[in-house]
Amino acid sequence: MNPDIQLSFGFCLVFILLVPFAIAGLALINTGLGRSRSAAHAMTLSLCLVAVGILIYFIWGYALQGFPAHIESFGWPRSDIRISNPGFFLRNVETLGEATGFLLAMLSTGIAVLPPLGSAADRWRLGAACASTVLLAGFVFPLMACFAWHGLQLSASFRPGYGFLDAGGSGVINAVGGLTALSIAWLLGPRQGKYPPKGMPAAIPAHNQVFVLFGCMLAWVGWLGLNSAGAMLYTGMQPEGSVLVVINTTFAAAAAALTAAAVTRIRFRRPDASLIANGWMAGLVASSAGCAALKPATAIITGIVAGVLVVLSVEWFELHFKVDDPCGSISVHGVCGIWGLLAAGIFTGGPGQFTAQIVGIATLLGFIFPMTYGLNWVLNRLIPYRVSPDGERQGLDLHELGADAYPEFVVHADEFLQR
Amino acid sequence: MMKLGGFLLLLSGWGIVVAALVLLHGSAVFAFVYAGLAVEIMGVVLVFRGHLPPSEEEG
Repeated sequence: MNPDIQLSFGFCLVFILLVPFAIAGLALINTGLGRSRSAAHAMTLSLCLVAVGILIYFIWGYALQGFPAHIESFGWPRSDIRISNPGFFLRNVETLGEATGFLLAMLSTGIAVLPPLGSAADRWRLGAACASTVLLAGFVFPLMACFAWHGLQLSASFRPGYGFLDAGGSGVINAVGGLTALSIAWLLGPRQGKYPPKGMPAAIPAHNQVFVLFGCMLAWVGWLGLNSAGAMLYTGMQPEGSVLVVINTTFAAAAAALTAAAVTRIRFRRPDASLIANGWMAGLVASSAGCAALKPATAIITGIVAGVLVVLSVEWFELHFKVDDPCGSISVHGVCGIWGLLAAGIFTGGPGQFTAQIVGIATLLGFIFPMTYGLNWVLNRLIPYRVSPDGERQGLDLHELGADAYPEFVVHADEFLQR
Repeated sequence: MMKLGGFLLLLSGWGIVVAALVLLHGSAVFAFVYAGLAVEIMGVVLVFRGHLPPSEEEG
């Protein structure tokens, strides 16, 4: 093998192998932001959803998606790239480049399936969640990935002349997960006691902020790998470009976290740890689309806007739209994912690039959102998503798993709920 | 009904965007892409309104 190709492949593989840290980080964040009585359930469900997601993606998801469009710029000669799509069970996947494309997309599926768990925390049945993940990993995610990353390249093949830019998956991974999270939060309804008949919504605080903040740090490592590998495979970036990707990703996260801290300090008089964590994640998510094309200064601006957006949007969803999203997944992955796509259009090109990003956002809102809502609506009719009221009161650990995450703690008084 | 109307508007807006990309040329593409997005935004507003719980006055 040509040494340049070996070098590209080596870099790309190292970046891809960092992606599971993002999955671990998201799982810790979801667990920490939920209640102590459902902590083991949240972590178990994270593992189950990732397992279901990657297996379904292996069975038919990749066949639906197709090979990445820019795989040839990665160094493999064009003759090695098949014109035909991969088949079920990875049939036709024979070259190193094709397998590398599968590896990154499979791990990306693991990230995309976790935001719905964040918005459905403390009330989503394990079996129903796994069934819903089959739809997400088997249809919704591969279709958007096909539009954005496969040869269709959305607007590029449709003639405006500019390709849709989403190297690290602000739209394909995060906005898809965030819109699915919104659909499932609507279908499930709020947790018991969240919205009393009169007065403000009850605050149900995170049970372990240390999990949440450590999860952010793990996710940072994972996102560096995700954005770098995505930029190489989907935009044709050479390995040396990863330095800029790492700088942009880190700057956006840092700016977003500090902005969230400042906004919460101004609005609530104290910085809020869980919203700062959401700000950090919002910066990572927003940086993904344009990670290889943004300048460091524009990455910081992208992060600052994401930090403001996430705080305001968490508040709006909770207070005005009455959507109970315990982990802020809709705001972090959905709202800031879409902002990341817009930012890539604003800061990396002229009106043509901006329009290409608008086409991508229109596809997310006009095709992916109705599809994910409709599929989950039908599935919810067949397999009810929500746990019984008694099970919710008891906690999902005991109700579904038969054992608590913290058996030596005395918990379970509804101290945070208005009675 | 409001939810259904909202989702239909979302799909219609996407239809306008795709039709513009496939059928039109030049600046008309841009105009119709933004028009499609505007229709989708109306759809999003309807879907959100459809999911709001009834206010206390409405029972």
